[in-house]
Amino acid sequence: MTIAPERPTLPATATLIQQFELGLDAPICLTWELTYACNLECAHCLSSSGRRDPRELSTQQCEAVIDELQRMQVFYVNIGGGEPTIRPDFWHLVEYAVDHQVGVKFSTNGARITPERARFLAGTGYVDVQISLDGATAEVNDYVRGPGSFDMAITALANLRDAGFTDAKISVVCTRHNIGQLDDFKALADEYGATLRLTRLRPSGRGADVWDELHPLPEQQRVLYDWLMAHGDGVLTGDSFFHLAAFGESLPGLNLCGAGRVVCLIDPIGDVYACPFAIHDEFKAGNLLSDGGFQAVWQQSPLFAELRSPQTGGACSSCTFYDSCRGGCMAAKFFTGLPLDGPDPECVQGYGESLLAGKRSVPASSQDHSKAGPTRNQPVMLTLGKRPPAKDCAESPLAGFTP
Amino acid sequence: MDTLLGESWTLSPSVALRPEPFGALAYHFGNRKLTFLKRPELVAVVRALGSSPDVGAALATAGIPAAQYPAYCAALRGLAAADMIRPLAPAEAVA
Repeated sequence: MTIAPERPTLPATATLIQQFELGLDAPICLTWELTYACNLECAHCLSSSGRRDPRELSTQQCEAVIDELQRMQVFYVNIGGGEPTIRPDFWHLVEYAVDHQVGVKFSTNGARITPERARFLAGTGYVDVQISLDGATAEVNDYVRGPGSFDMAITALANLRDAGFTDAKISVVCTRHNIGQLDDFKALADEYGATLRLTRLRPSGRGADVWDELHPLPEQQRVLYDWLMAHGDGVLTGDSFFHLAAFGESLPGLNLCGAGRVVCLIDPIGDVYACPFAIHDEFKAGNLLSDGGFQAVWQQSPLFAELRSPQTGGACSSCTFYDSCRGGCMAAKFFTGLPLDGPDPECVQGYGESLLAGKRSVPASSQDHSKAGPTRNQPVMLTLGKRPPAKDCAESPLAGFTP
Repeated sequence: MDTLLGESWTLSPSVALRPEPFGALAYHFGNRKLTFLKRPELVAVVRALGSSPDVGAALATAGIPAAQYPAYCAALRGLAAADMIRPLAPAEAVA
């Protein structure tokens, strides 16, 4: 590892965004995926989860990570997976983190949020629960998350509400099929005393396979933007829609790519990536077991130093909206095979569409923990075929046979 | 003369300050609000509050020129609104 170059000193008048672009001493928003194991097989899984990796961090190693986060004053982590509650030591680690001044928000599909667990959670301060739901109806949700997953999430939300847990989060990945359900999601959140969180569909992990089919259409981007503007601070977004800022006014929150600057991801085996949507060798900063701990990786990795160095707008620099959207999401560009210094594939000014239509090569994934064979939880992304069979005999081997 | 200058304040017990190149990040463990102290001088003032008899003394300790007191008072009122700093009850105030 080389030592990162010295951080340039900004004038006192510099904005917070300019400061953030140069990186912080510790992340503000850290995602930690505890396991690649999952009971579901969502079609768009960012981390291609399914099977546990035998190299996953042990309980002791996880505790050491929490100790280090406490020393670095990382005040909270977003725990995910996989399905993190599958780990037998999950609840222990949550308590360990909270006892060490590291607050926890964890994402779950709800499978393990029993009435008993819900009561435990209601009694623990400083733990936030986020239930994933990608459709306001079972039909839309189960299409991508698998059969039964809607009911599972709703049961978890009901258990939390009934136990007196306040302000759970309902986390929705916005797709072509659910943009029309935004009001329904809000109603659902209100019904369960929860807060709605909307995030962007990324072409990461298995998401790369379904992105073309699922990502919102250009006119839906406008619907989403208008809806977000109308609902403002009442809806969380993880600041993930900054590419929509090029429609005009900026959305609330940070309008910049925080990858490696204020955000990063620790994966189940201790690899540190620039952001949760960039699990690929290209964005791997190091490993906290083999590279001297998380702090060393965060502060000294050459990759992060590069991400924190001044960036040029590339092909976008002549666009009048560059200051609003900053070229969009690095991961979205990378996984659709677009140049990193050009427009976002979902650029609302339309510059991404022409690039998507042109020649590009989508990078191969560098890790895949998907289950090897089909299981009963696998989503069945089938719609009725509209094309007639190519030949009659494709339908029946006896077609055209007259004895 | 701002009345705040004569009052006793301190960092909220549930707030932690994390040093950053631009100043500090203040995190409130109770309401989970994150606030950014955008200048190292403001961090010095906030840190000095608890050990100073009043805000004016904290500003002086941190070496803030008197001409900038109004700007710092405004910043401190913003922090007070987010419960990052709290008034000290007279009995608790440093004599």
